[in-house]
This record gives sequence, structure tokens and C-alpha cells, in this order.
Amino acid sequence: MALAIALILLVVGSLIFHFLSPWYFTPLASNWELIDFTVSITFVVTGIVFVIANLFMAYCVIRYRHRPGQKADYEPENAKLEWWLTIITSLGVAAMLAPGLAVWGDFVTVPDEAAEFEVIGQQWHWSYRFPGEDQQFGNVDIRHITEDNAFGMDPADPAGQDDVLVASPIVHLPVGQPMRAWLRSKDVLHNFAVPQFRVKMDLVPGHVSYTWFTPTVVGEYEILCEELCGMAHFAMRGRVVIDERDEFENWLSQQPTYSELETQTVDPMLGQASYGLCAACHGQQGEGMQALNAPRIAGLDNRYLERQLKYYRDGVRGTHDLDTAGAMMRPILAALPDEAAIRNVAAYIETLTTESPITSVTGNVIRGKQLYENCASCHGENGQGIWAMNAPAIAGQHDWYLVSQLKNFREGIRGSHRMDLYGDQMMMLADVLQQDGDIDDVVAYLNTLSTN
Amino acid sequence: MNISLLFFALGVALMVWCLLISQLQTKPWLEKGLIEENGAVSLPASRVGLWVFLAVVTSLFGLFAVVYNMRAEFSDWRPLPEPGLLWFNTGMLILGSIVLQRARKDSEKNNLSSLKWSLATGSLLTIVFLFGQLLAWKNLAGLGYFFSTNPADAFFYVLTGLHGIHLVGGLCFLVLACIKAWGNIDRYNIKEKAQLNLRIQLCSVYWHYLLLIWLVLFSLLLST
Amino acid sequence: MAFVALADRDDDAHSHDPDTFITKYIWSQDHKVIAIQYAITAISVGLVALVLSLLFRLQLGFPDSFSLVDPTEYYQYVTMHGMIMVVYLLTALFLGGFGNYLIPLMCGSRDMVFPYLNMLSFWVYLLSVIVLMASFFVPGGPTGAGWTLYPPQAISEGTPGVDGGILLMILSLAIFIVAFTMGGLNYVTTVLQARARGMTLMRMPLAIWGIFVATILGLLAFPALLVAAIMMMLDHVVGTSFFMPEMLSMGTANEYGGGSPILFQHLFWFFGHPEVYIVALPAFGIVSDVLSVHARKNIFGYRMMVWAIVAIGALSFVVWAHHMYVSGMNPYFGFFFATTTLIIAVPTALKVYNWILTLWRGDLHLTVPMLFAIGFIFTFIHGGLTGLFLGNVTVDLPLSDTYFVIGHFHMVMGVSPVLVVFAAIYHWFPKITGRMFHSGLGKAHFWLTLLGTYSIYLPMHYLGILGLPRRYFAYGDTDFIPESAHAMNAGITIAALLVAAAQCLFFINVIWSLTKGKKAEANPWRAASLEWQTPDTPPKHGNWGAELPQVYRWPYDYSVPGASEDFIPQNVPDAYASTKDDK
Repeated sequence: MALAIALILLVVGSLIFHFLSPWYFTPLASNWELIDFTVSITFVVTGIVFVIANLFMAYCVIRYRHRPGQKADYEPENAKLEWWLTIITSLGVAAMLAPGLAVWGDFVTVPDEAAEFEVIGQQWHWSYRFPGEDQQFGNVDIRHITEDNAFGMDPADPAGQDDVLVASPIVHLPVGQPMRAWLRSKDVLHNFAVPQFRVKMDLVPGHVSYTWFTPTVVGEYEILCEELCGMAHFAMRGRVVIDERDEFENWLSQQPTYSELETQTVDPMLGQASYGLCAACHGQQGEGMQALNAPRIAGLDNRYLERQLKYYRDGVRGTHDLDTAGAMMRPILAALPDEAAIRNVAAYIETLTTESPITSVTGNVIRGKQLYENCASCHGENGQGIWAMNAPAIAGQHDWYLVSQLKNFREGIRGSHRMDLYGDQMMMLADVLQQDGDIDDVVAYLNTLSTN
Repeated sequence: MNISLLFFALGVALMVWCLLISQLQTKPWLEKGLIEENGAVSLPASRVGLWVFLAVVTSLFGLFAVVYNMRAEFSDWRPLPEPGLLWFNTGMLILGSIVLQRARKDSEKNNLSSLKWSLATGSLLTIVFLFGQLLAWKNLAGLGYFFSTNPADAFFYVLTGLHGIHLVGGLCFLVLACIKAWGNIDRYNIKEKAQLNLRIQLCSVYWHYLLLIWLVLFSLLLST
Repeated sequence: MAFVALADRDDDAHSHDPDTFITKYIWSQDHKVIAIQYAITAISVGLVALVLSLLFRLQLGFPDSFSLVDPTEYYQYVTMHGMIMVVYLLTALFLGGFGNYLIPLMCGSRDMVFPYLNMLSFWVYLLSVIVLMASFFVPGGPTGAGWTLYPPQAISEGTPGVDGGILLMILSLAIFIVAFTMGGLNYVTTVLQARARGMTLMRMPLAIWGIFVATILGLLAFPALLVAAIMMMLDHVVGTSFFMPEMLSMGTANEYGGGSPILFQHLFWFFGHPEVYIVALPAFGIVSDVLSVHARKNIFGYRMMVWAIVAIGALSFVVWAHHMYVSGMNPYFGFFFATTTLIIAVPTALKVYNWILTLWRGDLHLTVPMLFAIGFIFTFIHGGLTGLFLGNVTVDLPLSDTYFVIGHFHMVMGVSPVLVVFAAIYHWFPKITGRMFHSGLGKAHFWLTLLGTYSIYLPMHYLGILGLPRRYFAYGDTDFIPESAHAMNAGITIAALLVAAAQCLFFINVIWSLTKGKKAEANPWRAASLEWQTPDTPPKHGNWGAELPQVYRWPYDYSVPGASEDFIPQNVPDAYASTKDDK
């Protein structure tokens, strides 16, 4: 009897949960209302079966539970009943399958008027490419990828010269325009998914897949990787911003084309002149100075430096109330007049060398090594930094600085600005080091890497 | 090529289905009393077991063949030259199969002296085949076709190696039977003879089947 | 010895009579002992997987409170949890455990036809478990590639356990496949060749049908995993490019070129989907028998049930790519695989109807095994229906790779089979041990397990619809995930802890009953099938004493009109009916 009541309560409870649960599809922001419709049909059909089957079972448990003198019927089969059930079930299945297949037909046929863009996945961030004026993508190849050609563009292909390369994980798309996304991966499997668009598809290395959608609501949406792609899979996020057409065009025109990037010049010698300003705190050789909260910057990857300098300039970094050290950088940046100046000074700093700093942080090195495995995937086994991961070198950095930055990331003092492209990644990973002791352990292990 | 994988699955399903369809018509609740079954029960269980095992082997090599075809369609596929030695090896395996068939006849007819020689020859031919395969590997490696040179090479080594391993497994049983036959078969009682007879039967079935698999593999390797 | 079947020797009953402790309990060739060895090993390794799941559940529920796992460990534990539960627990327990115990007893034979091979099967299985567990102790730890082990990430930098863990995992799987093949040959051949006189195929209990068809599926499907494992091993160790494309690894292009990761997925799921039914079909069969016995009524539509088992088994080979709708394969395959997948729903639904119709007009004894069996019907209905979402290609698009998938397959492949495992253990406990279990503890165990698991997995579906992706270590600040969803995640974790704690009741019950339980009668449930008719309880070596049983009827003669008792055992010649009697 308790069982029957439990079954009834479970059915009623499931229904109540279904209707009262605050968790349901995010508001749709693409043309795929038909997908939501097929889901609704499936909910109705399966819901009816769920309720009827379980309530009938509960009825059986009440009505036919054992009482003295009761005897079961002897009925090996009932062909008629079984046929009816087969037919009804088949009809129910067809009612779900037919619309499903029809909508899938829409999904596999991309409309002719669709514009194209390319989504590129790699461990653990996104980048994008637009075909440019000629509406044609240039050839790409993994073998062409270098630090200066992160997209692997074929320099000899004329179609690729005007391709617009978006190296940040944030992409803009025009509202109301059907978009075909070509999906390409540089390393392992990834999956391009925006919950509000409903559609998703894997990115497969050595292969180009696609999906398509028409954004219908202006706004900003998260792009999630939904195919396990290694240790930092959960931190592989991007954003798609849906703009009105002219805003989109405006944004697109600000993005560099391949040929623009190719012809960009860098001159470390020009940077040396500007460096005098930095040397006051960071030292002549970029060795850093604890008293002034200035980290060692000598030899850091120029792209990392460039990005951080722009963050300071644009108020992405150093604007949090608690980031007093960072705030000191902001006025300095006024002295670097334009992008070229920033590029040059970054290039100069990259050429500097200095010896390893003195260590002060102590901790459990063995535990630190274990924890560092999570960092090593991006910053390298030896903390040397990996340009492809956008991860700077951390071995050889002052340990007090590493501690303060890890704490800043963990508390959201650094990296929480929406335009800090890889900040959210560091925030999520710094969150792994929940106790201050954890941070000390990792940094103590890093110290052993610096001295070697 | 997914289509061939599909057909393979359908074939398997059909086999199971045919096996059962006649049975499924009965209404067991109406049939009371002792029913004597006909058919499968009369076979020795070891033979049924062997056939079930051969089904597993078929699935294994069948899947490899399907994957081979799927992978061969990619642009980086560079076929390798099949050494002429393989033809010789194939001949050895065919001879081995024939000799084992003869051993089976000998065993059934209780023709003991001939049986001893058939078993020994069969084992020897198989060993020659295996050494021939090793030699073919060595030749290929000498020509610069290593495991990792191209998937075509890798498949060649994997498929021949896997086939060889299956043959080595069978060879253990055959050599054991051979040793028994040469030892004291003359003093065997009827039961022991029946056991040896069964063992030889199973070996011959296994050899024929592995020959068949080899022929399919060989033609597969030749076809690309 | 291994090569000549037991049945082919004329001294078949006592050819391997155990005489010492070691031959009786360790190097035993008795199918019952091997079954128990299999079950104990499988349940032990399953407990490891359960503990792993609690560790990562704590992380998911309370991402800021515990620092029990870091992302590396999280992915390692998730991977090991999945692989252990699916292969090393459920497959081994249903086929190696229940298959071994039930086939000879239910078919009326003295043992498996190849007892030596059967013994070897267990020891090789144990070896595979040891190799798998060893991966926890190698540098870099076990693999964190997800239980699907997709290349390239499974064998690329950036994935935990890429040094030793993945190799041990592949090796362990290969060993497991060898063990399974040894066992599987036995189960199939025994069912085909060693049934008692009169036991036609259509007189076999559905439990045997389920195990039989599942074994055939396993024998044909596991080679696909072996092929994939061999090829991935070569890619990793020798540097071939079966699956590995040109790709970037840690910022530099690696040496691979031209391989196809999707090829691996086809192979994996060609094994992986039948694997679902390798677990489900024995559960279907066993639950049918338990329901019938405790409802005192024949299983409704026996022919249809057998037909459905065979049809589901056959169809399970043509649906594999429904796991790959969003894998980047040719999207046109979606039409075909969605259709086959939804067709498979029809025989599955019929099985559910027939279980419920077995209860209808029955005489339901709500014993502990019966509670678990009815609980199974409920969870299976739920899991089966959510399967219709994921099988239907369009509906799968928004739900694929979210918590909906986790909720679905844990309902259908986790909770449901586990409820059957408990139903089966409680049902056959008196026969296996000769003692009755404690019914009150059993009931408490049932209620906590059913209600607890449902409150874990029901909300997961809705979190999935909301869009929470699976295999995320933490969600961070994600705009579309409201605070309430994080609270729900914490709730799920608490429910999981409760359910795990509730399993202690089961172990306490088993240990208590083994020593203090009431002595069981030979046939406490008054069941008709053959295993309850053994001369001894628990059955002795050789099962049937001097003479093998003879079978006169199907195994579901319950409440037959006119009969004096409400059941007639299979080996009882016709006592009252007018059909002719061979004796």
C-alpha cells in the first residue's frame, strides 16, 4: 500500500516539479523555435505515457495486493491487447519522430542567403574568422601555425589576404542574418554551443563541420565548449554579441585583416626609448621591485605584455577598488600614445634578460607540484609559458607577485572585467586553490622551477 | 563505408533472427510434458563453443576490415607493395588446411600411422607460414615501410600480426595433439581416442576458418 | 582440459570435484563459486566508483567549500567512475555474476560446459581490475579523458593521465574483453548445449533469455572496442595515425597526420550502444522472473517478451550513431539513426506494458525483491521516456552534452539496473546462502534508494534543459545559470550522500543475515523455475545430486486453474491436466 501511495506521489511530485521548476530552457534568441516545439511535443507524449503507466501500476498494486484467499488470473497472453498497445505506441513514436525529422531537415540544409563565419577552437579558447570583402575564406593549415600566424593562414593564398581574424573569444554577429558557422579545431574535439541558440556541433580536428542559426535577439550570450577537451574544458568560454547590422559592420571594420597583421611593424629600438618610464619601478633590466609592487617583466611574451598594457589603458585591469598596485599602472599608460608604441615597448621588454629573483615564500613543494599539474597544461611543465595558450611564463617571476595575483584572481580583483579575455579562465582555476596554504604550496613549487 | 558497417550489423542481426524465428512461434504454456529436442544438442559442446568463438573472431576481423576500408578513403593513404612472399605463405596455409583435413579423415578411419604424419606435416606447414609472415615483415621494414610510416603499413602489420596470433593459439593445440599422437596413441582406449578425434576435428575447423580469414585479408590488402 | 567440454566427458558430474579449501573456494571451477567471486569483485570495484562519484559530487555541489579535488582529479574520477560502473561493475555482475550463477541452475545442468575456462575467465577479469586500479598509482594518475576515451584528447597533452593512465586503461579493457570472451563462450554454449531434458528454448525463464542475448551482443560488440583500443594504443605508443589528425599540441604541430577522430567514435559506439543492452537485457529478464514469482502470475505475453529481447538485441547494432548527432559526422546520418532509435522504443515499451500487465489481476506479495522490481519499472519508465528525447535527433540538439544526458542514462543505466541487482540479490539470497535476509532492513534500503536516487536524477534533467553542460569542474559566473541552479546542485549532492549512506543498510543486512538470518527453506518464494528445485540449499557441487532434472512445462505455471497449489514447478510431471505424460 505504501508503495502505491509512493508511486502516486512520485508521479504527482514529478508533474509539480515540471511545472513549478524555475529551470527550463533559457529564452530563445535564434530562429530555432521549431526545436523548442519538438521538445514540447515530446514532453506531452512522454508525459501522458508516464502518468498513465505509473498510475495504472499504482492501481494494480492497490487493487491486486495480496489478501488471504486471493488468487491471480491465469492469462499467458492477449494477442489483441498486445496488438493495440503496439499500434498506439507506434503512433506515439511517429508523432514525435515525424516533426523531429522534418526540423532536422531544416537543420542540415543551410539557407542560401546565409552569411559565413568560422569558429576556431583550441585548448582552451575560441577565435573566429570572417571571409572579408571577397566572401571567400583563404586556405589554412596546421603546419602554417606560428606565433605570428596563429590562424595558420596560407601566406600564398590570395583569398586569405582580406580574411578578418578575430583572435579574442568575443565575436559579434548581426541580428536577423542567417549565419553559417564553419567549425574547425586546431587540436582536440570541442563543441560550439550557445544555450540560447539551441543548436550545437562538435569541432573536429582535421575536418570542418558546420551549423547554422539566425540570431533574433540583440544581446550578449555565452559560448560554451560542450565536448570534453582536456583539463580546462570547463573554463573554455567565449561570448557572442548580437548587434544591429550597422553596429556589427562597425565592429567588423575594426578587426584586423590577415594582410594588415602581416604588414604590421614592430621596432624594439623605438620601444627602448619609451621604456625609461617603466624602468623607474620595474628596473633597468625589468627585474622588478617588491617595494614598489613591480613584478619582473624581463623576457615576458610580447603579446602577453601588449594585452596587459592595453588592459591598463582601457581600464580592464587596475580599476578594481582593491587593486591598488594595478591602479598605479593606469596613469603611466597615458604616456604610450598609440597601439604601435605599446607594441614596440612590449617587444623591447621581451628582449630583456635578468637573473632569477630571490625567493621568500615557503610551502609544501610536493603538494605544490601536484596542484601545479592543473597549471602546467597552459603555463608549461616548467612554467615557461606557452604562447598558444596565451599563458605567460611564471617561472622566474617574483613569488610575492605570484601570490598576490593568484589571490587577486581568486577574489575577482583581477580578471573579472568582461573584456579581460582570459581572466575568467584564471579566476576559475585560481578558485581551485581555496586555502592560502594552497597558493603558497604552488608558488613554493614554482620557486624550485625558477632556480633550476 | 559506414554503409558496410551497417550491412555487417544487419547480417549479424539476421543470423540471430534466423536461428530463433522457428522457436518463437511456439506457445510454451500449451505444451505440457517432456519435449525431446532435436538439432543442436547432438553436436559436441566443444564444437558449438568453437563456432561461437569463430563468430567472435569474425566480428573482430570484420570490424578491422570495415575500418580498413574507411581509413583507406582518406587522402593520406599510401598503399604498400605486397611482398611476393605472401603468395608462397598463402600456399603453405592452404596446404596446411588440406593436410589437416586429411588428418581428420585418418582419425575418423583410425588410420593411425598416416594420422601421425598428417599432424606433423600440418604443424610444420603452419610454422613455415608463420616464419614466412615474419620474413615478409622483415622485408617490408627493410624497404622502409615501418609501422608509423603510413596507416596502410600499420594496418598491414596489425592485420597479419593479429591473424598470426590466432594461428599461434591454434598451433598450441595442434602440436599438443601431434605429440599425443606420436606418443602412445596405440595404447589409447576408445574414450581417449574419441577425445583426440574431437581435438583434431576442432583443429581442422579452426584451420579452415583461419585460412578463409587469411584469404579475405589478403585480398583486402591486395585490393588497395 | 579447457578444450574438452564438460558435457563431452562421460564422467561429467564429478570430473572436477573440489577436495581442498583452495580448489573449493579459490581455484574453483564450480559456477556458483565463480559467480560469487565475480559478484564480490564487481561490487568492490563498484564501491570504489561510488566513492569517486561522491568526491566529485561534493565539488559540484559545493565548489567553494571543499578542496577535495582539483580539475585534474575531477576528470580522472569522472572517467574512472563511468568506466568502472558500466564495464567492470554492471557487465561483470550481470553476466559473470548472475549469468554464472543462474544459467546452469535455471537450465538444469550440472555446471558450465567449460568449467576450467570459466575459472580462467574470473581470474583474467580480476587481473583487468587490478590493472585498472594500478592506474591510480602511476605517475600522472589514471586517465581523465572521459569514459568514452575519445581521441585526440585521450592521448594528447592537456588531458590528465596521458602518460601511463590511458595505457593502463586500454590494457585493462583488452584484458577484460579476453575475460568476457572466455565467460561468454561458456554462457552461450551452456544455454545451447547443456539444458536439461525437456528444457526447450521457449521453456527457458526470461532471465536466461536476457543473459543469453546480452552475451551474444557482448561477444559481437566487444571486438569493436578491442579494435578501437588496439588502434589507439598504436597511435599513442608507435605513432601511427589511425585516429590522429594533424593537430597542435602545446603550441606546436605534432607528428600525426590524416587520421579521423570520428572513426574512433563510430567504433566506440558500435560497441557502446550494444553495451547499454548488455546491461539492460539481463536486467529485463531477471525483473520479469522476479515480478512473475511475487505476483503469483505468469509473465504476461512470454512470446512477446522473448521476441522483444531478441529484437532489441538485433536493433541495438543499428542505432549506435545516435550518440553522435552533434559529433560533426555527416549530419544526414541523423535521419537514419533517429528512425532506428525510435523504432527500438516500440519493443522496449511493450516490455514495460507486459510487466505492468503481469501485475494486473495478480496476487501481489510486496516482498523486498518485489518492491525493488516495481521500483525498477518506475525508474525504467522514466529513463526510457527521456531516452525518446535524446534519440530523436532534433530534440537531442539542445540537450546533448548537458545534464539531461547525465540524468537520462543514470536513470536508465544506473538506477534501473542497480534496482534489479538488488531485487535479484534479495530474491536469490535464500538459495545462494541458505538464509533469509532481514526484511525490515531490506525495505528501508529500498525506500531510501528509490526516493533518494529519484531526487538526485529528476532535477538533473531540468538543469540540463536549462543548459548546464556536463563534465564541467565548476561553472564560475555564468550569466544564464541562476543561483537557484547552484542551490539545486548542492541539494543533489546531499541526496547522493544519503543514497550512498543507505547502501550501508544493504551490506549490514547481508553480513547480519549470513550469520544470524533465519534458515531458508528450499523454495521460500514458492517459485516454479528450476533453480528452486535443487535437492540441497544452497546447491551442492554438481547442483542436482544423483539425477538431472527433467522439465515438463514452462517456468511460469502460477495460479493455474484447477491446480492444488498456486504454482507448479517445471520438473513436476503433469499432475492433473489431460495432456499426455511421457513417464
